[in-house]
Amino acid sequence: MFAGLSRNDWFLFLAFTAVILLMPIILQPIGAAYPALMQKMCIFGLFAIGFNILFGLTGYLSFGHAAFVGVGSYAAVWSFKLLTMNIVPALMLAVFFTAIFALVIGYVSLRRSGIYFSILTLAFAQMSYNLAYSVLTPLTNGETGLQLSLNDPRVIDRLFDGAGPGLPRVNFFDLYISGGGYAGFYTCALALIAGFFISIRIFRSPFGMMLRAIKSNQNRMRYTGFNTRPYLLAAFVISGVYAGLAGGLMAATDPLAGAERMQWTASGEVVLMTILGGVGTLVGPVIGAAVIKYFENIFSSFGDATLHDVFGFLPDAIEDPLVAFLSLFVGDGWHLTLGVVFMLIVIFLPGGIMEGLRRIWNLFNRRRPGDREATPAAQPQPAE
Amino acid sequence: MPSNAVLHVADVHKSFGGLRALSDIDLQVMEGTTHAIIGPNGAGKSTLLNVCIGRLAPDTGAVVFDGEVITGKQPYEINQMGIVRVFQTPEIFPDLTLLQNVMVPAFAKHDGAFKLNPMQAMAKRTEIIDDAMHCLNDVGLAHQKDAVAASLSRGDKRRLELAMGLVQNPRLLLLDEPTAGMSRHDTNSTIDLLKKFKGRGMTKVIIEHDMHVVFSLADRVTVLAQGRIIADGPPDQVRGNPKVQEAYLGGTH
Repeated sequence: MFAGLSRNDWFLFLAFTAVILLMPIILQPIGAAYPALMQKMCIFGLFAIGFNILFGLTGYLSFGHAAFVGVGSYAAVWSFKLLTMNIVPALMLAVFFTAIFALVIGYVSLRRSGIYFSILTLAFAQMSYNLAYSVLTPLTNGETGLQLSLNDPRVIDRLFDGAGPGLPRVNFFDLYISGGGYAGFYTCALALIAGFFISIRIFRSPFGMMLRAIKSNQNRMRYTGFNTRPYLLAAFVISGVYAGLAGGLMAATDPLAGAERMQWTASGEVVLMTILGGVGTLVGPVIGAAVIKYFENIFSSFGDATLHDVFGFLPDAIEDPLVAFLSLFVGDGWHLTLGVVFMLIVIFLPGGIMEGLRRIWNLFNRRRPGDREATPAAQPQPAE
Repeated sequence: MPSNAVLHVADVHKSFGGLRALSDIDLQVMEGTTHAIIGPNGAGKSTLLNVCIGRLAPDTGAVVFDGEVITGKQPYEINQMGIVRVFQTPEIFPDLTLLQNVMVPAFAKHDGAFKLNPMQAMAKRTEIIDDAMHCLNDVGLAHQKDAVAASLSRGDKRRLELAMGLVQNPRLLLLDEPTAGMSRHDTNSTIDLLKKFKGRGMTKVIIEHDMHVVFSLADRVTVLAQGRIIADGPPDQVRGNPKVQEAYLGGTH
């Protein structure tokens, strides 16, 4: 089980674990060290890691992964409503149902490749979204979203003690997960670390090598004696399960599920995260997810007042137009900032933030003489 | 007819629209031999090869490998039966390292078309790497094993693809102009390499323009012209055949 990872991989994994667990300290200076934001970063990091197993390794761009998040969320909330507020069965059910869902959608969508595959996944996700709003209302509670209520059966919980007053909270036995506490953050952090470990294993395994070979030259794979579709389907289901787990965690930290989680914008977001961080790299997607969630939460809370504070030292004649211009990019306009950053990254750094970091790293390493031969693109897996 | 024909192309016809690419092709390749298929441009050599690996379906007739009809099978199934093709334009995995390029077909040989058993695959990895390194060594690329395949020269890409074919230790190796675009030196080393594998019971079908290659390697030569077989026999006999000389000299000059 533990063979096959190099020392570098172990180092990477330990460093990653340390950074994630120390997020409450590391993110303090940039004002992001509160559990509600950090757990979002972890959840979306997990989602993006899973997405990257499909997109980064096989090159198949799914535009419908949000559907799996939605299915995971609904499954988890139903588990809270029907069985118990304990998180374990909820996550297990989320994974189980998304795996089946991904198997069906993947089986159909993978009959095509390239843009047609993307369109098929998009169509499936939009179909799920619309169904959740309309005919599936008994299952999804339509526009209101699926919520807990006082008369939920919660059969397993009732076995042990009677209904307490008020709505119960999601728990892991005596630990409360929901409600924005550190327990919620650390649950998501552990899930992210576990997901990251599995992702390293997949990247370094023969299976990962096959997926990369499919991306590199699928036609050749067929003449090499591989039936590529089962490999693709396995990758699709694995990445769907990651998304489902992320959905389950969303429901665990905030026990309600709405159809908007399945909308195409949500599917697009994970594509942005992965590309921003670095497609096909191990940590890139997590960085991309953290950056986007940070922008979303921090930048969007800036208003004109903040800008006036920052540029207060300038004379009014310059300050006012500058603030008027910059206010387009903050507050509700933070999407504009994201758009600009995304464009710059795609144009100048097609490998995302990870490529930027690697270039900086190479800049420092090039000083050593005679090393130039070894550095440029000698490694197919980007050095994380 | 001798019974040890490993590949039998039986009465194959193939047309593209109005163009008859192959007609009445009946061909037997004997086990353990090196069989060359030659002919002027447009004679149907590549079409014939594509029919053999399942990329094209013949209009009529069938291809029988080792007593089993392979027409209509998926390319990966044909490969699993032991037929490997080395392409005319190098078909490799450009984003992978040389070693990985050879490991992928080695895994295909070991694990079959789809067997998802990660633990077993990991356990076999050292063995696979050994096989792959051995083949890279044979084609003289072992020292570059960690280079990305896209960075190779064209000649080296072809040698890499040869290693990818050899690592599967196929029963039948189909080579589509294995030395096209190579220097004289590389051509000779490829000939030596292919000769090395002669004793191992591997049957080879070679499509080639270069007569030097054909007459250094082939035990039997089939000449195609305009989709038909015009001569078939040992190299010396074919060389002296007036029909062949006409097809070559009259067809191209």
